[in-house]
Amino acid sequence: MTDLTNLGVAAIRDGVKNGDFTAREVAEAFNANVAAASALNAFIVTTPEKALEAADAVDADRAAGKDLGSMAGVPIGMKDLFATKGVQTTAASHILQGFTPQYESTVSSNLWAAGAGMLGKLNLDQFAMGSSNETSYFGNVTSPWRRPDGSNTPMSPGGSSGGSSTAVSARLAPAATGTDTGGSIRQPAAFTGITGVKPTYGRCSRWGVVAFASSLDQAGPMAHDVRDCAIMLGAMAGFDPKDSTSLDLPVPDWEAALNSDLKGKKVGIPKEYRMDGTDPEILQSWDNGIAWLKDAGAEIVDISLPHTKYALPAYYIIAPAEASSNLARYDGVRYGLRDLPDGAGLQEMYAETRAAGFGDEVKRRVLIGTYVLSAGFYDAYYNQAQKIRTLVAQDFEKAWEHCDVILAPTTPSASFGLGEKSDDPLGMYLNDVFAVPASLAGLPAMSVPCGVNSEGLPLGLQIVGKAFDEQGVMNAGLAIEERAGFTAKPEKWW
Amino acid sequence: MSVNKEDVAKIASLARIKMSDDELERMVPELNQILGWVDQLSEVDCSNVEPMTAVIPNTLRLRADEVNADPKTGGDRRDDVLANAPAAEHGFFGVPKVIE
Repeated sequence: MTDLTNLGVAAIRDGVKNGDFTAREVAEAFNANVAAASALNAFIVTTPEKALEAADAVDADRAAGKDLGSMAGVPIGMKDLFATKGVQTTAASHILQGFTPQYESTVSSNLWAAGAGMLGKLNLDQFAMGSSNETSYFGNVTSPWRRPDGSNTPMSPGGSSGGSSTAVSARLAPAATGTDTGGSIRQPAAFTGITGVKPTYGRCSRWGVVAFASSLDQAGPMAHDVRDCAIMLGAMAGFDPKDSTSLDLPVPDWEAALNSDLKGKKVGIPKEYRMDGTDPEILQSWDNGIAWLKDAGAEIVDISLPHTKYALPAYYIIAPAEASSNLARYDGVRYGLRDLPDGAGLQEMYAETRAAGFGDEVKRRVLIGTYVLSAGFYDAYYNQAQKIRTLVAQDFEKAWEHCDVILAPTTPSASFGLGEKSDDPLGMYLNDVFAVPASLAGLPAMSVPCGVNSEGLPLGLQIVGKAFDEQGVMNAGLAIEERAGFTAKPEKWW
Repeated sequence: MSVNKEDVAKIASLARIKMSDDELERMVPELNQILGWVDQLSEVDCSNVEPMTAVIPNTLRLRADEVNADPKTGGDRRDDVLANAPAAEHGFFGVPKVIE
């Protein structure tokens, strides 16, 4: 029999349904890969028994002739930002170490209801703050990819969903959940040669997802190809009365409507994304993408998003501001860590607990957020950033008068070695320069692998679409996928 | 705008994060680098621009005014709510003494 861990979501679902193999066989195969990959540090907690339990339920349903869900028999990795009932949920932080939710996030409930099983909780940048997976309390995640120069430098899997990107690209899971606040699905997908979709803000419920920046956070799928992402997003999305920002709209059947024929579609190329100093290999990959979409029948049009330059600094005001407010709940009283020195009062307990429980990057962002929201600075920083956010969204509105989707690189560079950028917070933030504008505007966007650079490391192309038009985004992604012929895989060393 | 060590100490106290002198020293140039970079936003004339309040137009819904409207988030969940508290006592969150 073929190695089941080479299969993706659609192939597993169809194979289980047709009786080519059982869901239990699939779960056992992935459990074995997970157990053998501790060198990657992709998981904080593994739950092989949960994967088997869900698989057995699917096999029993099939034997009983019941209808199977869209993710039936597919074991997945769950980013450790989603609350999972009875299974530790930490957001990769010390302050939530040992926190065992008494409830299940809506997104994970939806996935279990569709027949998926859980292989474990995936590592990430602490509280999703980071672009390299070097800020987790549980240690760095190492990408399965390496430069082929023999140096064996551990490479970054991107962030914050770096455990997710590593698990999928190393075949520890056929798919994984991610969350994207300013690129945290798209950038790690690009770094590891997989596909990831950030849907329209509000498509996936944020209920039970550890909050970073509530006006930006959005869950999405990370998988091997566009079809797998379409299936999984369909299972994750949907209206949730428990999230007041959830969209009360039907969930389309994205998989059924996938179509890579782009005749009559216009693809916008934003001139402002051609920034000085961009890696020539990134620009070359972008040109390839333009040629592929033309080949798929699309018309290419030049567009302008004039406020692009300001999106990243605005993001680094808005996201920390919301984070400083969201993370105020970690106070040593309700859950997680408590650090109470002898004779300490309530205020000292708060300050000691938060000092011990937050990592450096989290502290840095909470301080920035506290500063920009403080009296005297609120208008100059926070309010100005929210106005810039309006201008960024208006840029996209104007662009949609000329095009249906936008094509751009996902990242300004390929993956880098762990430690190579970690002493430069600002340099690290620049990883998300192409991803953040769509986040600020709440638009659906995805990253599709488009090739490897001269070092043999994957590169991704990004497609951004109109609000609610995940279909248009995924169709363009499929057109690229079919033409890029991306088959590179990391060589197993772990 | 830039911050000095006293400013950072003030921000840290507002954020309820205890920081040692060394940490404060280290944080000053890091925060100033970030604040210097975000200062470029002041170049943009936003005098006629409304700040964004909702990224996707959406009407804020209110839940029905009913007790236990949702079995997961409604009332009567005391033990679940307290399950992860570091010092739950007698059905309450325990905190250090705050009154004399």
